[in-house]
Amino acid sequence: MTPTPESAAPTAGVPATPPDEPTTPPESSKEENGLLAFLIARQSWVVIVVALVAAMLIGAALIRYQGVNPWYAYQTLFMESLGSPSGLSRTLEKTTPLILTGLAVALPLRVGLFNIGGQGQLIMGAIGAAWVGYAARDLGVLAFVLAAVAGVLAGAATGAIAGVLKTSRGVHEVISTIMLNSIAAGVTWWLVVGPLKAAGQSGIPQTESIGEGARLGALAGIPLGFPIAVVLALVAAWMLTRTTLGFTFNTVGKNKHAAGYAGIPIRGITFLVMVIGGGLAGLAGGLEVTGVMHRFEPAIGGTLGFDGITIALLARSNPIGTIPASLLVGALRTGAPGLQFATGIAPEVVDLLLAVTLLFVSIPVLGKWIFRSRAAKVTVSTTSWGS
Amino acid sequence: MATWLARNKWSVGLGIVVLVGAYAFYFVNDIKATSMFGYAWSYAIPLVLGALVGVMGERSGVVNIGIEGQMLVAAFAAFFAAAYSGSLLVGVLAGMGSGLILGGFLAWTSVKWRMDQIIAGVVLNIVATGITSFYYKSGQQLPGLMPHWDIPLLSKIPLIGPVFFAGEGVFAICAIVAVLVIHVALFRSRWGLRTRAVGEYPSAADTAGINVERLRVINVTLAGVLAGMAGAYLSMDGSSSFERGMTSGRGFLALAILIFGAWRPLRAAAAALFFGFVSAVGNQLQADQVINVPPQLVGTLPYIMTLVVLSLAAGKVRPPGAVGQPYTKGDQ
Repeated sequence: MTPTPESAAPTAGVPATPPDEPTTPPESSKEENGLLAFLIARQSWVVIVVALVAAMLIGAALIRYQGVNPWYAYQTLFMESLGSPSGLSRTLEKTTPLILTGLAVALPLRVGLFNIGGQGQLIMGAIGAAWVGYAARDLGVLAFVLAAVAGVLAGAATGAIAGVLKTSRGVHEVISTIMLNSIAAGVTWWLVVGPLKAAGQSGIPQTESIGEGARLGALAGIPLGFPIAVVLALVAAWMLTRTTLGFTFNTVGKNKHAAGYAGIPIRGITFLVMVIGGGLAGLAGGLEVTGVMHRFEPAIGGTLGFDGITIALLARSNPIGTIPASLLVGALRTGAPGLQFATGIAPEVVDLLLAVTLLFVSIPVLGKWIFRSRAAKVTVSTTSWGS
Repeated sequence: MATWLARNKWSVGLGIVVLVGAYAFYFVNDIKATSMFGYAWSYAIPLVLGALVGVMGERSGVVNIGIEGQMLVAAFAAFFAAAYSGSLLVGVLAGMGSGLILGGFLAWTSVKWRMDQIIAGVVLNIVATGITSFYYKSGQQLPGLMPHWDIPLLSKIPLIGPVFFAGEGVFAICAIVAVLVIHVALFRSRWGLRTRAVGEYPSAADTAGINVERLRVINVTLAGVLAGMAGAYLSMDGSSSFERGMTSGRGFLALAILIFGAWRPLRAAAAALFFGFVSAVGNQLQADQVINVPPQLVGTLPYIMTLVVLSLAAGKVRPPGAVGQPYTKGDQ
């Protein structure tokens, strides 16, 4: 590791550095009324809501510009995804992998690692699950368990490559995971047109359909993958706030040097969190195969992996926050085709809306503009090449 | 001269070996050599420009993960501006201008607002994907082909002439000029010394009276023009069409090349050519049926190579000292 400027700086003769800026804003002398204090205490939520409203307004202007009534467009979008039991069911189906890919980004981000390889980890998990789900088709419900485990393992292995490259060779995870996305796309494409191609299949390349036992159904309109994803988000939150491992993650994320001095094995943690992240994204792929597609197709990933980045940043890498963020993204994505059908607006309008929301949430200006001196510092941060 | 040779003996030695090898290949099979090196160079052009964007930013202490997004938006803006206005020049200017604007945006968020630079870059990429996917329209065409020129005299050199100086478009020429100008400027000019100081040890630079934030903002913003050229090359010169997500990771390959090139423009250009040549070799072996690897796997070669190259470069090259860290006056 190269010395950072802090360690390289001559310390002798320099007065002790002043303590860091207080992370909590200074107390104001004037009386705060209840509502304002309430909003300040929950400002990360306020910022997200304001950002969302601003993005929707900008989106409305763009939709208006395309000659469509924005109110009608948004109504169509959300009626499609939330207005009927079947729509709601499809929204939850879409939300399920999003929670997991969101967690796949959010957990490493707590350690200061930016895993943008959710897409590759997801499709590796998907093809692993599709293969095992077909191979174990005679084993009944056990086939589902094996397929899900295969998905987790394939995703975790993909994450582990990035983890090893980071810990042993110092390759930055942003570059390695992006490269692994492209490599995974090539490898799965080759597998699906070659060794794993369904027999007698022409047209869209796809694998054999998985066994009946490997398929995950729905209960009362709720796809069974959804509770799995929610429970994992809750477990992740519990792990981060209530366990030693979570404490270790947070310590490494907040101050690597201090964590190192405290004897925390940073390399081990780095590797572990990449494996966990990869496993979660791999499970997303596995649930997509077992619960939705019942086979692998190259387009199975869609935008699920990249939406995970948006979700994690919207949730400020808080595992619980990934649930509402995923519901939002899931609802938008589910409603987009209906919107196109009714108005002709391209479904990519969702990409635009999410991008603008993300922009407002991540640039620190919005919070400062609303809360002035009481704005909280944004704590999510990553590590650069040098450190 | 002697000290320069002594200091650069490895690069010069390697350069001579590569040159001798290339000419040996040329005398054995001049058509194949010219086509393979020509492919390598056309592959390398956007990577060279992208790596220079990285050099400008990282030498002054700002990581630019958003090169991919800058290139994508520039490819989009250049193509559609040219298609709608009917003028190639308007397209080129739109590409460069959009790169500049996004460079300015990244500079402002990461330097002035001290946003986490990696997150700022990734957000820029997501925004770029959102904008270009939504406004994409199929069925548009460029008003014409980009002009290509032969450089007088230089294009007559065997091998080097046809590869680098014959039938070159404006972006290829700009890439060559930009590599040379930025390399000399970075190591021989007042701007270069200041940029390196700001990237290595901003508090010392600040003490010496350099405005750290202003220099960083200027460098990252101006570098956006180069990213704009890289993007415009992809949609106007490389392919004459715009597709969603057409940069396909080139912005990240450029970052890998930047690291492999040890944050030096000339070495980065050599690294980009190496990437292009390996890709050309892969295609050629496939075409000659020497190897029988499925094309889907051959397509992953540049990405695998990036990982290998970055693993090898680890510990051998050192990033600028303050890269990725926002500077606050009074910090050590």
